[in-house]
Order: sequence, then C-alpha cells, then structure tokens
Amino acid sequence: MAHHAANTPAQVGEIPKPNTGWIWKTFFILVAITALEFLLAFTMPAGTFRNSIFIVMTILKAFFIVAEFMHLKHETKSLIWTILIPMALLVWLLVALVSEGSSIGEAIFNAFK
Amino acid sequence: MSTTSTTQTLSSSATLEKPRTGTWDGGNEPFKASYGKLMMWFFLLSDAFTFAAFLTAYGLIRHRHLAYVGDPKAFEFSTAYWPIPEKVFNAFPGFHGVDLPLAFVALMTMILIFSSVTMVLAVEAGQRMDKADVQKWLLWTILFGATFVSCQALEWSHFIEGTEAGTKMADGSIFHGANLAMNQYGPPLFGDLFFFITGFHGTHVFSGLCLLTWSFIATTNGTFEKRGHYEMVEKIGLYWHFVDLVWVFVFTFFYLV
Repeated sequence: MAHHAANTPAQVGEIPKPNTGWIWKTFFILVAITALEFLLAFTMPAGTFRNSIFIVMTILKAFFIVAEFMHLKHETKSLIWTILIPMALLVWLLVALVSEGSSIGEAIFNAFK
Repeated sequence: MSTTSTTQTLSSSATLEKPRTGTWDGGNEPFKASYGKLMMWFFLLSDAFTFAAFLTAYGLIRHRHLAYVGDPKAFEFSTAYWPIPEKVFNAFPGFHGVDLPLAFVALMTMILIFSSVTMVLAVEAGQRMDKADVQKWLLWTILFGATFVSCQALEWSHFIEGTEAGTKMADGSIFHGANLAMNQYGPPLFGDLFFFITGFHGTHVFSGLCLLTWSFIATTNGTFEKRGHYEMVEKIGLYWHFVDLVWVFVFTFFYLV
C-alpha cells in the first residue's frame, strides 16, 4: 500500500485529496506499449521475431495491470506466489501444446510424401 | 456454527466468547487479505485456467493448420490455410469498403484500457470514502464497458455477414461471412475459435457490467457508506481488471500474431 492515501477513516465532511498520479502513470505505460504494438504490426515483416516481441510486450502489459491495477505487487509474498506458480505452469502447457499442434500438422500434411 | 463439535468439550464453552487468536485456531492471517478479496483472487485464478484452455486450444489448432506463405499483399481467403488476422479484421463501422486493418480493434482495446483506469479511480475514491467520486468513476466505467460490448456486437455482425465478394468454397459455391460450420476467411475452426474466445470474453464483460451497475446503485443508496468501507467496489475492480487482462492476451494472440 506504499503509494496510497492513508487508509485512516475520514471524519464526517472531510474527504482526503485524491492520490491518482500512479494510476495515470500506469495508464500511459499501457497506452505507449499498445501504440508501439500497432506501429510494429505495420512496419515490421511478420515472423517469429515480431511475434516474440509481441509476446514480450503482452507479458509486460499483463505485469502492469496485475501488479499496479490489481495491486498484487503490494500483497504478501505468499499470495503473489500462489497466483504466479499456477500461471507459470499454464505457460508450460501452452508451449507444449503449440509444439504438439505443429507435430500433428506435420503428420497430416507430410505423412504420404 | 458446528465448530464446537469435535475438539471442544462442554466445559470450555465459556472460552468461545473470546475471539480466536491462536496460530492454529483461526487467529492467523498469512495472506493479510480479507476473505472476500482472497476468494476473488482464487476465482480469477480458476477463470484464468478457462481462458488459458481456450488460448492453448487456439495455439494447437493454429499450428495444426498450414500457414500462409507468400506475399501478404497477394493474400486471398482460402480454407486451405490459416488467415492473416489483419486481412480479416480490416473493417470500421461507417467506412464501408475502406481497408483499415486492425483500426476497430485498436479502438476497442483503448476503450477497455480506459475503463480499467476509471475502475482504479473508483477503487481509490472508495478508499477515501468519497461517495461522489465513487459514483462518478463507476458511471464512467459502466459507460466504457457498455461501449466495448456494443463494439463487439458490431464486430460480430460484420464477421457473420462477411464481405461482398465472399470466398469460393471447395464445392464451387460462393460463401459469405461465417457460422459455426463454415466461414469465408479460413478453416472452419478459425470461425469457431473467434466466436468462442471473443464470445466468452464478451460474456465476462457483460457480467462485469451487471456487477458494476449493482454496485453503483448500492453506492448511491449509501450501502457501502453505512458499512464503513468500499471493499465490494475493490472486489468488483479485481474482476474488471482481470477482464481487461484477458483482452490483452486475446488481442495479441488473435489479432496481432
């Protein structure tokens, strides 16, 4: 809760000033990354290299949404790992099944050549 | 409460009056998060499994099909290979026949990111117990969320209707648009995955809108003010950011890559 207004209960009729600088900063980072993705989509030739840049930028955007907007960065370490470890295993599943798909395609299209 | 059934003896019933504070007695809070927020996190984790299953299926099926090789400018729709997304999603409502690749989905992405920002602002206002600000930012979030769902409806109707030229199918007939059995853009599974992935995401946005509308009414009625905290807005905020997060991944894997 580092960059939040103090959570002390306000007196009646007294509302603390908003503390929104960090929100807009995160917003501009997200917009900048998305704009860069569109720029690359039209200026770079398609291929594995461009796709890996897209994936890195997606993970970067996911980090800012989860860490700042969903506040996970400011939770306890055990909660952070409880969320992150299952997600890491899902990335493993994704990579495994994408390569499995390539093998199936290979088997279907090249079996009788 | 049936907690006294096995470990407690009758004579110790007087100690139940005191709050439980022991480490193994429910007095320990290892995650330092409230019950409701913790359960929202675990629900979102399970929801992430569902979306990951969709995206994993998409990756497998896409790699199982042939990719288009050749000059992107000479690209034509065919059921023989997977289409290039920017050739499929190149329409913008009101600009009929103009080739604007990914422009509409760019607008949708911006709307959803913006709704996420107004949601954080609502949560922040709730932590300051500022009822008027919570109402204001919740209304903005509802507005952007509703705009996003409407944009998705336009996107779907264009996808289903298809282009005027259509695509010549294997049996020689010309087919326009898409349904679950066939589509003019590529292999049948391309259309199916589009409907299922964006449809499932749209359903989530719609559920979020229902929750937001309810919390706006509750804020206006002073329910959270009386309760002394706006934690419900924070929990709905977690859900709403998750929906935005899923869109970030759908956007990359369905529209960009």
